[in-house]
Amino acid sequence: MANSFTITPALERLRATRVWKSIFRRGPALTNRTRSLAVFGNLFLHFLPVKVREKSLRVRASYYVGSISFLLFIVLTVTGVLLMFYYHPAVPQAYRDMKDLRFVVSNGVFLRNLHRLAAQLMVLAVFWHMFHVFYRGGYRPPHEFNWVVGVVLLLVTLFLSYTGYLLPWDQLAFWAITVGTNIISAMPLIGRRVRFVSLGGNLVGENALLRFYVLHCVVLPLIAIVLVAVHFWRVQKDGGLTVPEEDDGKGN
Amino acid sequence: MTEKEIKENKYEAGFSSDAKKEPVRVVFITKKTSAKVVGDPGPRVMTYPHLLIREAIAFMILVIALVGVALFWDAPLEQLANPLLTPNPAKAPWYFLGLQELLHYFPPLVAGIIIPTLVVIALVVVPYFNINIQGAPLWAGKPKRTLTIFLLVTGGLTVLLAIFRAWTVLVPTDLVALLMLASYHGPTERVGRAAGWWRRERTLPWWVMTWFIWVAVVLTVVGTFFRGPGWSWVWPWSSHAG
Repeated sequence: MANSFTITPALERLRATRVWKSIFRRGPALTNRTRSLAVFGNLFLHFLPVKVREKSLRVRASYYVGSISFLLFIVLTVTGVLLMFYYHPAVPQAYRDMKDLRFVVSNGVFLRNLHRLAAQLMVLAVFWHMFHVFYRGGYRPPHEFNWVVGVVLLLVTLFLSYTGYLLPWDQLAFWAITVGTNIISAMPLIGRRVRFVSLGGNLVGENALLRFYVLHCVVLPLIAIVLVAVHFWRVQKDGGLTVPEEDDGKGN
Repeated sequence: MTEKEIKENKYEAGFSSDAKKEPVRVVFITKKTSAKVVGDPGPRVMTYPHLLIREAIAFMILVIALVGVALFWDAPLEQLANPLLTPNPAKAPWYFLGLQELLHYFPPLVAGIIIPTLVVIALVVVPYFNINIQGAPLWAGKPKRTLTIFLLVTGGLTVLLAIFRAWTVLVPTDLVALLMLASYHGPTERVGRAAGWWRRERTLPWWVMTWFIWVAVVLTVVGTFFRGPGWSWVWPWSSHAG
C-alpha cells in the first residue's frame, strides 16, 4: 500500500527538540518502537492497544459508531460546560436562562442546539453500537464483562439524557419527567419512596430540578468517564475488537 | 530496515516501517478437541498513526455535521413549566416512548418495571448464557422438535398479546415469527450465503435480538408519531397543533 504521511521538516525539527522530548518522552515516531511509545507512554492513549487489526479499521466494519459515541460525549462535555456558565438550576430562573440563551447570549441558541442535537445522537449511537456489537458476536467470551460494562454505559447514557431533559424547565421538560417518574411509583413496596428520593418531593419541583442538575452535570458524567475508561481498556485486555466474520465466509 | 535507512527516510512514516511479522500459531488437533478454528483475524497495523488519524478524521466530520445541523435546526423550547396545565398527550423523551406505548396496553407494574428490568437482565446475562455458545444455527440439530417449540411459543405469545389488544407489539412479533418460519429447513439442507438475509443460518440469540429491535423500533415510532390526545391513534400527516 502506497500510504505514507509526509511530515514537514519544521515539525520534524520541533519533535527533535529537548522540550518536545521532555513532554512526550520520545523523538519522532518513525519506528515501531517509538510508535508504541507514543501510545503506551501517553496517559490518554495508554488504554488503547499498540496494534489494531486492519479489518477493524475499515469504515464498513463498524461505521466508527462506538468511537462516535465517545466523540459525542466529548462534544457534550464541552458544550455542557459552556452552557453551565449561563444556567441557574432554580425555578423559574432556569427557564429565563433558556430565553437569555436565545435572545441575549451570543451564539447561545447555537450552543444549546449543539448540545441537544449531540445528546439525541449519542443515545442513537450508543444503541446502534450495542446492536452492532451484538450482531458481530462481540459479547462472546472473552468479551463478556466488557459487554456488561457497555450495558451499564447504555443505562448511564439514558439517565444522562433524561436528567438533562428536565433542565430547560419548559412544559416539554416538566411533563416528560412527570410521566417518566410516575412509572417509578409502580415499583412494588418501595416505588413511592424511590420516587420521593429521586424528585426530592412528591412532585416535580425545584428540588427535583436541583437533583437532576447535580446528577446531570456531576454524578453521571463522572460515572460515565470511569466506565468509558474501563470499557476502552478492556477492549485491549480482552484481545482487541471482534473482527467482522463476513470476510471469513461465515456470514453471520 | 536498518537504523541508517530510517534516518535517511525520516520524513516518511508509512506502512514501510510496520512489522509484518505475525506470530505463527501451531495447533494440535486431538480426537477430543474440535477441529473448528476461529478464522484468522488478519494483519495488524500500528495504532499510532493508523487508528488515531482515523479517529481524528471521524471527529472532524462529526463536528462539521453537528455544526451544519445546529445552525439551521433549533432545539425545542415550549412555555414555562406549569403543573396546572397538563398537555394531552404528555409524552416522555422519544427513547422512552416505546415504554409509554407498552404502558397503554399493560398495567404499570408490567410495562414500566417488569419488562424493562427483564430486558436489562437479559442483556447482562447474554454472554453468560452458556447454551449454544458455539453459535449453532436455530434449525440445526432437531429441526422438527425446534419447530414444535417455536410454534407453541409464538402461538402463546400471539394469544397473550391479542388478549391485551397490544396490536403494535403483536404485528412486529408475528412478522419476525413469519421470517423465522420462512428460514425453516430440514436437518440435511444447507443454506448458502447467497440466500436472503433471513434465510441464512441464524442463531436463536440473533432472532431474539432481531425481534427485540423490531418491536422496540415499531413501539417508539408509533409512540412518537402516531399517538395523539388520550393516546388515541392519529396519522402524523393529519396532525394538529400538539
